[in-house]
This record gives sequence, structure tokens and C-alpha cells, in this order.
Amino acid sequence: MIDVKHLSKSFGDHQVLKDISEHIYPGDKVVIIGPSGSGKSTFLRSLNLLELPTEGSITFDGVEITDPKTDIDQVRRKMGMVFQHFNLFPNMTIKRNITLAPVRTGLMSQAQADELAMQLLRRVGLEEKANAYPNQLSGGQKQRIAIVRALAMNPKVMLFDEPTSALDPEMVGEVLSVMKELAADGMTMVVVTHEMGFAREVGSRILFMDEGRIVEQGTPEEVFGNPQNPRLKDFLSKVL
Amino acid sequence: MAQYEAWKELLRQGGDVSFWQEFYVKFYQAFIEGDRWRQYLQGVGTTLLVTALALALGVILGILVATIRTSHDQQRIGHRNPVLGLLNAVCQVYVTIIRGTPMMVQLLIMGFVIFSSSRNYTMVGALTLGINSGAYVSEIIRGGLMALDPGQAEAGRSLGLNYVDTMRFIVIPQAFKAILPSLGNEFIVLLKDTSLINVIGGKEMVYAAQAIYGRTYEQMFPLVGVACIYLVLVIIFTWLLGILERRLRQSDRR
Ligand SMILES: Nc1ncnc2c1ncn2[C@@H]1O[C@H](COP(=O)(O)OP(=O)(O)OP(=O)(O)O)[C@@H](O)[C@H]1O
Ligand SMILES: [Mg+2]
Repeated sequence: MIDVKHLSKSFGDHQVLKDISEHIYPGDKVVIIGPSGSGKSTFLRSLNLLELPTEGSITFDGVEITDPKTDIDQVRRKMGMVFQHFNLFPNMTIKRNITLAPVRTGLMSQAQADELAMQLLRRVGLEEKANAYPNQLSGGQKQRIAIVRALAMNPKVMLFDEPTSALDPEMVGEVLSVMKELAADGMTMVVVTHEMGFAREVGSRILFMDEGRIVEQGTPEEVFGNPQNPRLKDFLSKVL
Repeated sequence: MAQYEAWKELLRQGGDVSFWQEFYVKFYQAFIEGDRWRQYLQGVGTTLLVTALALALGVILGILVATIRTSHDQQRIGHRNPVLGLLNAVCQVYVTIIRGTPMMVQLLIMGFVIFSSSRNYTMVGALTLGINSGAYVSEIIRGGLMALDPGQAEAGRSLGLNYVDTMRFIVIPQAFKAILPSLGNEFIVLLKDTSLINVIGGKEMVYAAQAIYGRTYEQMFPLVGVACIYLVLVIIFTWLLGILERRLRQSDRR
């Protein structure tokens, strides 16, 4: 579904991603782990071109998105993204946060979007917040709304960048359970996280990144049960 | 009226007048005799007109300059557009010159050098104030755009919204709310700076006051009167801006 070939990315002379090739299949639940600064966010953000690769190509559903002629807005409509700091629009109600993109991109009418928003909000148990503003919500509620907002575009893949890292511990669970439901529904997901429990339970494949490379990957059993790379062993000994 | 003439005569002869009699005479002289209040009123009209024109021009210029400068700064390294680079340089020179020279000097140059043949002093004044204000407004807008969390625009774009929609629905409304107090402040500075166009012959309130005390030789009442009018105007506009700010802040309620 997403094909990454020889992806490199530099900020100035600092090379953050080093010749990464990877393929994400439909239905995959890829979990990316690794130490801070290893390039996890940069890799994830490259997938929907929030970061522009310096070299290499990325193809999504047969469309080469790194081609300057590709309409990136069209591609992004099919890729949902959830950020560490939620990035809800504070100047709009929750409902408008959710319906803005589907309506403006012509995906559906306002009435259809409103109905979809209520349906999605019900799914995450927040329908009574439809007319509230983001500042009136807790972190966990904000992140669940952010997930709903991305889902309203009916994406084929969801990208998560440390969705629970900015949350108070007691709110992590409510967000992870929404993500687990999503995974169970068959959504293709790429998740950067420090939640090893989630990685083990939900991940179909774990990628371990270090210094801009994917140095080891495998099923959760392989990666957590029988790590090979010394950096991975070292990393796991610190986080588990 | 007859009272005024009698007391005025008494005052001129150095006769024994009470404080209130003297106050009455001078007040009458400064504001009522010969319907002089009309001159102040005209001055207020000019002040408001010049403020409105200068504000409109300032905001248009400010948006233009801020747009050029932010889009220039947001370009990717190695993909710089030379036309944008040139425009950006022009904008930088403009902002530097305007912010680096006194308003008064700018007015004198515009009035007596660049538009020395124009007799429409009020419009030259409005133009100068607008050009001046544009430099400050552009910096205010740029500050507002830079202060906004880049995650907001990223979230908009990641949903598939295009650049224009992201600016229109997400970035600009938030930036506008953030800069409104500074814009209001700039507006009030502008309102008060209209008093300067008097130096190139603009017929605003100070001009009226000067014309009047040129005939009566009594400066205090016309000048304090003008000060009071400015004060009242500023208080009214500050109050109106406060209302606007409160309405925009609705979404911040927790
Ligand atoms: N916009 C940027 N400009 C310059 N350097 C950047 C930029 N974004 C990231 N970097 C650098 O790239 C490297 C990788 O960053 P990245 O955010 O991808 O790491 P990460 O694995 O997500 O780390 P974390 O777990 O802390 O989120 C870091 O050294 C960071 O300083
Ligand atoms: Mg990161």
C-alpha cells in the first residue's frame, strides 16, 4: 500500500533518515519504536509529505507522492494523521473540527458530515461534546476527537505520532482502546509509540529505528522475545 | 450673549472678575463665539476620515508585506523563488525606512517634497499615515503568524485541506484573534497621530485650535478642548475594541 524506496532526509547537513526502504501492506499494524531523536517522527511525517524527503521515493496506492506533479492534497485525504499534541482547531467547535475537511474537500455535504460526526462521536463516547470547544476537553478526550477527525475523511491508512505521550497516565488507556478498536476493524495503521504493551498486543510488525535506520524488524514475538541487535537489546532493557 | 460681551469688556479693562466669569468668557470665546465649535467638529470629521483611510491602507499594505515576507521565509532551502526574493527585499527596505524615521519627518517629506504641488493636504496626510501604519501592521501580522503553532497548519494540511482553506479557516482566524490587541493599539496610535498632519496643512482638530487662538490669543481652552476630544475618542474606541475582543475570545472559555 505504501512503498518507500531509498528514503533519505537531511536537515541542513544533519542526516536524519538514511536510505530507508520499507513496504506497508493493507491491514498492517506497523509499530515504530526507537530512542529519542532516531528519526521516527521524521519517517512518519515523510509518509504524508509533511516532511519532504531529500532523496528516494514514496508510492501510495500506485501513485508516486514524491513526484512534484502529484496533487498532495488528494493523497493526504486518504491518509489520516494523529499528532502528539492533538492539534485540534481551538477556534471551532468539536463538530466543526470534524466536518471542516470532509465538507471543504467536497467529500460530502454539511448534513452528511454532521451525521457522520455524530456517529463517530458516539463510537468514542463523546457525542455530548459536539458543540464544545477543544479547550473545554481533557487531553484524552482531545486525542479521541483528533482520531475521529482523521477518520471522518474515511482514510485508507492512519498515521499516529506518539498519540499518548502528551497525556496524563490515567488518560492513556481511553486513547489506546480507541486505537485497538480501530485495529480490530482492519484499519491499516503506522504507529510511533513508547507504549510497549500496545506494540506487543496490536502490532503486526515492529520496526526498531536507530540513528535514521530501521535496524531490526519482526513480529512482536521476535522483536520483544528474541532481539538480535545490541542497540535494540539495550533499548528494550531501558523501556521494559 | 449680552452677559458675555459685558464680562469680556470688563476682563479687557483689567477689571475685577471672578474665576467663573473669566472661565465663562474664555470658554465662550474658544467654542461658542462665531459658532467656533463647528471648526472643531470639522476637525473631528477630518481626524476620523484620515484615521479610517490610513487604517484601510495600512491594513492592506500590512497584509501584502506580511504575506510576501512570510511566504519568502517559508520557502524550502534550495527552492528559492527569485521574484519573491526581490519583493521581500523591497518590503524589508520599506519596513526599515518607515520604522527608522520619525512620523513627522515622513509627513514633511511627503507634503513638501514628494507632493509639494498637491493642495489636498488631508489626503497627502492620510496617504503618509497609511504608508507608515502599513509597516507596523505588517510586523504585527507577521508576529501573529509566526507565533501560531505550526501544528495547526500541519493538521489542516494532513486532512487534505489545501493551502488557501488552511489559511482561511485555521490560521488566519487564530492569528487575527491573537493580534487584535496590537492592531487596536496601532489604530489608537494612528488616531492620535492624525494631529501631526497639521504640519503640512491638514485641517484637523489642532489646525482648528490654532486658527482660533490665533484670533483670540488664548491658547489654553482650545488646546485642552482638543485634548479632551481626543481622550473621549480614544476611550470610545478602546471600549469598542474591548467588546470585539471579548466576543472573539468565546472559544477560550473553559
Ligand atoms: N525541523 C527540523 N529541523 C532540524 N532538525 C530537525 C527537525 N525535525 C527534527 N530534527 C532532528 O531530526 C532528528 C530526528 O528527529 P525526530 O523527531 O524524527 O526523532 P524521533 O525519533 O521522533 O524522536 P522523539 O522520540 O524524541 O520524538 C533529531 O535529531 C531532531 O533534532
Ligand atoms: Mg517524535
